[in-house]
Amino acid sequence: MTTELTRDEIQRVAVLARLKLSDAELDSLTSELAQILGHMDQLNELDTEDVEPMVHAIELKNVFRADEVHESLPRDEALANAPKSDGRYFQVPQILEGS
Amino acid sequence: MSIVGATAAELLARMERGDTCSEEVTTAYLDVIAAHDEDVKAFVHVDRDAALDAAREVDRQRQAGEKLGLLAGLPVAVKDIMCTRGVPTTCCSKMLANYVPPYDAHAVTLLRNAGAVLIGKTNMDEFAMGSSTEHSYFGATRNPWDLERAPGGSSGGSAAAVAAQMAPLAVGTDTGGSIRQPAGFCGVVGMKPTYGRISRYGLVAFASSLDQIGPFANDTAGAALLLEAMSGYDNRDSTCIDTPVHPYSKTVEEPLAGLKIGVAKEHFVDGLDPEVEAAINAALGVYESQGAELREISLPHSKYAVSVYYLIAPSEASSNLARYDGVHYGHRAESFENMIDMFSASRGEGFGHEVKRRVMLGTYALSAGYYDAYYLKALKVRRLIREDFDTAFQDVDVIVSPVSPTPAFKLGAHDDDPLGMYLSDIYTLSANLAGLPGISIPAGMSSEGLPIGLQVLAPPLQEDRVLRAARMFERETNWHTQRAPLSGQPS
Repeated sequence: MTTELTRDEIQRVAVLARLKLSDAELDSLTSELAQILGHMDQLNELDTEDVEPMVHAIELKNVFRADEVHESLPRDEALANAPKSDGRYFQVPQILEGS
Repeated sequence: MSIVGATAAELLARMERGDTCSEEVTTAYLDVIAAHDEDVKAFVHVDRDAALDAAREVDRQRQAGEKLGLLAGLPVAVKDIMCTRGVPTTCCSKMLANYVPPYDAHAVTLLRNAGAVLIGKTNMDEFAMGSSTEHSYFGATRNPWDLERAPGGSSGGSAAAVAAQMAPLAVGTDTGGSIRQPAGFCGVVGMKPTYGRISRYGLVAFASSLDQIGPFANDTAGAALLLEAMSGYDNRDSTCIDTPVHPYSKTVEEPLAGLKIGVAKEHFVDGLDPEVEAAINAALGVYESQGAELREISLPHSKYAVSVYYLIAPSEASSNLARYDGVHYGHRAESFENMIDMFSASRGEGFGHEVKRRVMLGTYALSAGYYDAYYLKALKVRRLIREDFDTAFQDVDVIVSPVSPTPAFKLGAHDDDPLGMYLSDIYTLSANLAGLPGISIPAGMSSEGLPIGLQVLAPPLQEDRVLRAARMFERETNWHTQRAPLSGQPS
């Protein structure tokens, strides 16, 4: 795989990542990511056709807990760090039109 | 000997004898922080009154003859990535600059139960992304041995706090070497336990399959004590290992008879500073003089560790950091056009450059068209790295290596060179990818007066072996007794 990154491609990734980037940031990230990914192309030296991917450092099993009701965080504590709330709910910009 | 600079075990013994009390001990360390932290910047939050209240409560319990925990009355500094109820937890990011958690991380609960006095929250690279503690929203931490140099990262504040005698013990996290590398740079002991040994509940997630909490101390016994206090099963972290905790602090003094030490030829290659190499060779000689046997081993895939790590960690980070959307907590931009724009603008303003770089790298590696070529490929090579260790450990008990290719670098040295900074983790990353326990202990000093660290690795859950092997070296040398000059300038 070649790592020819274009600024447009970085812009597309920024949209996926929900990151608003300045023009200067787009420029620097384009060259930095190209350099870093270029280094990573060394992995292509290895034949990994028959290797099982290792997602975790320990072999994980599905962990289930009993379906029991526990006390939840009190509302005032849950809202305490909210950038905007009305004391009852988290507030966000309107999503649906006409309501 | 003064309180400041004493080991954890000495302080506990003196408090037990009644020669001193936690209030006096805590006051002594708070005074060092007040006098010197303006230069070092190891801490981002210190509440003197709360610490002294906690200390007085332990003193009361001790006087009343109540049952005391392992750390009763000892000041412990905690990296600002672990949630502390009612105390700011910022991850040194603008994103969380005003965040005050409504709960304690599991490890913090265990510290409180063990009688630790939480003396303050330590500086770090933003969201633990970095190898220098320069990427902190609150400004860089400086290496107590030389204020012009980086303390290492990302737990540089915790390492510097112990090195600068601002706390006898500190807690850090290690995702790719973030405890061991700063411990090496700052001349203190730092340990990454087996992945899953300590619950990650309440630890702000960076790369979930790699992150692990661990201890810093000014000697191996202190690290054993703090590790013991924080280890154990917690059902709120499904990756936490459900196996009994070894009494590390009780066995650390027992040397290992017939110890077989693996030395990987891949660890002694270009880029390794000659002074570091000489210190490691001298350390191997110390082990041989105690009857240990050295065996050459091979870790053929270790050279790929940097590439594998910097694909997997940013991929997991891009997913974990998706939660910072300016809705439930964290920074929210003031001006935006709609909901999606609010997310993007808030994240664009709240994250620093290194975090953005990794979120972008991870998003790219996980995106359609690149997933197989980058992320999946990295996971496969991760297994090859683990298999190298499994093979090596059939033949040896521990693997000894440098911690970093060089001693502490100057602040700003890697400003325009992210790859160069990433390569400084080359000796530590593999242990995270494979889930192994490892320690960094002081093992020498460069001609410029900078500490050099020695790394000891062992198979999963062999923390006991790691600590005992480290202590065998420490017992024969006096590197761990050297303390940084409080002026921050080599004498």
